[in-house]
Amino acid sequence: MNLTIPSSQTVDLSTAIAPRDSRETVGQPFVDKARMECRDVDVSYGDTQAIYGVSLDIGSNEVMAMIGPSGCGKSTFLRCLNRMNDTIDSCRVSGSIELDGQDIYDKMVDVVPLRAQVGMVFQKPNPFPKSIYENIAYGPRIHGLASHKGDIDEIVETSLRKAGLWAEVKDRLDKPGTGLSGGQQQRLCIARTIAVSPEVILMDEPCSALDPIATARIEELIDELREHYTIAIVTHSMQQASRVSQRTAYFHLGYLIEVGATEQVFTTPQHRLTEEYITGRFG
Amino acid sequence: MSRLRTIDVVQGGLKKRYRFERLFRRLGLAAIILSLAFLSLLFISISMKGYTAFVQTFISITVHLDETKIDITNPGKAYYGSMVKEALRNALPEVQGRRDKRSLYGLISTGAEYQLRDMVMANPELIGTIQTVWVPADDDVDMLLKGHIDRHSPESERRISDKVIGWIDDLENQGVICKKFNTTFFSSGDSREPELAGIRGAAMGSLYTLLVTLAIAFPLGVGAAVYLEEFAPTNRWTDIIEVNINNLAAVPSIIFGLLGLAMFINFFGLPRSAPLVGGLVLSLMTLPTIIIAGRAALKAVPPSIREAALGIGASKVQMVMHHVLPLAMPGMLTGTIIGMAQALGETAPLLMIGMVAFIVDIPTALTDPAAVLPVQIYLWADSPERAFVEKTSAAIMVLLTFLICMNGAAVYLRRRFERRW
Ligand SMILES: Nc1ncnc2c1ncn2[C@@H]1O[C@H](COP(=O)(O)OP(=O)(O)OP(=O)(O)O)[C@@H](O)[C@H]1O
Ligand SMILES: [Mg+2]
Repeated sequence: MNLTIPSSQTVDLSTAIAPRDSRETVGQPFVDKARMECRDVDVSYGDTQAIYGVSLDIGSNEVMAMIGPSGCGKSTFLRCLNRMNDTIDSCRVSGSIELDGQDIYDKMVDVVPLRAQVGMVFQKPNPFPKSIYENIAYGPRIHGLASHKGDIDEIVETSLRKAGLWAEVKDRLDKPGTGLSGGQQQRLCIARTIAVSPEVILMDEPCSALDPIATARIEELIDELREHYTIAIVTHSMQQASRVSQRTAYFHLGYLIEVGATEQVFTTPQHRLTEEYITGRFG
Repeated sequence: MSRLRTIDVVQGGLKKRYRFERLFRRLGLAAIILSLAFLSLLFISISMKGYTAFVQTFISITVHLDETKIDITNPGKAYYGSMVKEALRNALPEVQGRRDKRSLYGLISTGAEYQLRDMVMANPELIGTIQTVWVPADDDVDMLLKGHIDRHSPESERRISDKVIGWIDDLENQGVICKKFNTTFFSSGDSREPELAGIRGAAMGSLYTLLVTLAIAFPLGVGAAVYLEEFAPTNRWTDIIEVNINNLAAVPSIIFGLLGLAMFINFFGLPRSAPLVGGLVLSLMTLPTIIIAGRAALKAVPPSIREAALGIGASKVQMVMHHVLPLAMPGMLTGTIIGMAQALGETAPLLMIGMVAFIVDIPTALTDPAAVLPVQIYLWADSPERAFVEKTSAAIMVLLTFLICMNGAAVYLRRRFERRW
């Protein structure tokens, strides 16, 4: 599948809207200050292709929201960005993905520092079956970010505070992380990810198990993190996407249909599929 | 036409479902009861036969440790048998005649003179004194007193004549015969004389053999399982290896014995009958069990844990060591213990490497010749003396105790590891 991307986008918003069956990316997939650059990324699991020629930039200090119907390949694409797909034997990734100009799929690239740099929060909460404290302390410890107990304690506390979990768990740090509720576990996983201070954070539906208060806390956190970090977030909540993100990418059956400034995508979508999805005619 | 409501359909089928459930539960319960019944039958019949081996008939003799017969400078050289015989003659002065006297001496185990010798050597001041000591009775006396020889059966069918029975009754009336706890059984090695035979040699042999097996098979098995499950690429080679490991698990154990004989003894020149070689052979046999159980345990660790570890930048080795292996450990230990329990009960391969020899000395090193518990059971079960029947059962009881301890240890270890969630 070869995809051509219009080099300069001069779409007249009032008139042109791409038809339903067009699979070309419309909008502005590229930015000037790109942190990650993906070009013609194809992903397949065995014989079934899950991502078709996605080209997309993720700018620095921006929150990129990825939306789209279930099964359209959002998680798959996100997992390519820190090579988590390497762990799936049948998964093949082609095309190029660069982080700060370095192709992360290059043979020379070591995934360990890559993943310390590009952290990930998974769709399903997956705390380690260890204590809450150990869950957070593990990352900083293996990377040698802190060696003194005091330093680690501090990292644990600030990470938990940022994830809005500190008040709930400060008295039970030595209790198993798996004993928390689903929403608390997800916040623990977020705290665990930010404890290693990655530069890019990939979040796969981080709020799907959270109540509105915890969701608000996480959204606040995302806003704070944006000052220093780059964030890609998959979400099913259009409100969330419009609240936290600067740019939004709409995926459909493995194709990147539309990318653009969040406000523009939500108010004046340039593709029929995007329009149908965000107005609720397609779900 | 009225529409069928789901609840009505469900109600209609409910009875059948519950009937099936009840049937299933009863079948399960019946299976458990049946196996428990067989198990208790086994335990009961073995204990009934074997418990008598834990007591032993002793005869008290009053011996004069004659200073004229014992050289103080070399007390080990003296002939203590004559002193034992003299003591017996004194106890039953009515016994006369060469043949009768010989039967009389037969009341006491040949071990008695060695017991006296050891006593004197440990404490030379006893020389010249008169001592009363309890010495083991001959196994025929033991059998008679335990009721295994029927004194009302025709004399020709007994190993003990009426006359000798009379002497024994006489000694009993004098109060110099009694049954005591049989420490010999737990403290000595094998012997041709049932009353002197003990299980310690075989138990130590088994212990050493199993230690070697554990020390080799556990790390190798866990290492192989971790490598195959976590690191090896999936290609034709790993498929072949997998098939072969599964095959190895099903190879008859005697073939491992032959391999051990050819390789460890004939090629590497390791000693025969040694726990070292036995352990090596048994670890070959246990390895596939541990690898297969280990791989199953590793597979059961949820992939989300691996992703979590890799996702924050743990290397693969760190992921395995810090997260996957601790979670898989309980399962691996279970597999190991099952393998070790098999190894404990294994006889055939050990026959091949000479561990079936008659060995009196208790092994003190991995290269000392030794027997193991199942081989000891086999040897005793094969012995003609009536007294070895109870020894066999007692040895089986010791083996089962070993097994229970091992399984207990497994449960304990599993709990400990599981407490780390
Ligand atoms: N491990 C895998 N093996 C094979 N196919 C997979 C695997 N993971 C995902 N897929 C397939 O890839 C496609 C995209 O899946 P993906 O998980 O990326 O969807 P998604 O957009 O994240 O959906 P959701 O919103 O439900 O999370 C789906 O068709 C799915 O069946
Ligand atoms: Mg997903």
